[in-house]
Amino acid sequence: MFKATINVTLKKSVLDPQGQTVLHALSTLGFKEAQDLRVGKFFELTVDEADRNRAEARVREMCDKLLINPVIEEYALTLREEKSAR
Amino acid sequence: MKAAVVVFPGSNCDTDCFSVLSRVMKMDVSYVWHKERTLPKVDLVILPGGFSYGDYLRTGAVARFSPAMESVIKHADEGRLVLGICNGFQILLESGLLPGAMLRNRSLSFVCEHVWLRVEENRSAFTKNLKQGETLCVPIAHGEGNYFCDDDTLKRLQDDSLIAFRYASQTGEVSEAFNPNGSRDSIAGILSGKRNVLGMMPHPERASEPILGYDHGRKIFESLAGA
Repeated sequence: MFKATINVTLKKSVLDPQGQTVLHALSTLGFKEAQDLRVGKFFELTVDEADRNRAEARVREMCDKLLINPVIEEYALTLREEKSAR
Repeated sequence: MKAAVVVFPGSNCDTDCFSVLSRVMKMDVSYVWHKERTLPKVDLVILPGGFSYGDYLRTGAVARFSPAMESVIKHADEGRLVLGICNGFQILLESGLLPGAMLRNRSLSFVCEHVWLRVEENRSAFTKNLKQGETLCVPIAHGEGNYFCDDDTLKRLQDDSLIAFRYASQTGEVSEAFNPNGSRDSIAGILSGKRNVLGMMPHPERASEPILGYDHGRKIFESLAGA
């Protein structure tokens, strides 16, 4: 079993109006050191697969097919081995 | 001209589209539930507006994999007509029938208002009764209508004259001041390379009868009725 975490952000080339608004709010609150904020989304997924490479390949397939829109989004994937419940 | 309106869970403009096609345009129209794998024999498929699957994940991302969409993609690949309005446009983008993607509106707010569109391209079954440069008043109602595509795609859309409508002033001036959502190049609607698929964020079906205030959208359905 693996626990996959997938961090999705808008590509650098895509304007992120939500991120800009939040960054502006931080700046208004006095956090002048805050810079270049991007708002994204996060998936946490348990994968019932014993082999790490196969698990990663399957999760990347899921990302490409449904979870991510490659026109506007990019993602970072990490896999952590979990002890099986059985 | 026979037409079908696909109904997804969360569609909310399906009845409006059906009503305009059947009652106003006197077309032979049927509904297709998203779980149906086969379409009736029709010339035109409409993907209506709404919030299919609650807009979960991304707008249109889940609807794109519904059984009916397999047939819609095949229908389009065979050169027959598909019109996606609002959420229908978002589904067309997710399915790859049209290029690009939708982002949150630049204002981050849901925008619900009447806008003016400039007709950029009348060489299609959807726009052939329109004049190049003519303006139409049609409502928009969306939170994610900020059209995005990369530079190469934008250049191809421009060079191949596939931009059907741009947001504009009543007199046809295109500028950021008249762009309600931040769309690249003020794009409100685009055609596929074969010009048989049109996606647009504005709702012509809500502006096709004088009793609704405007009937400028009717010209799109009249173009289709005579196609």
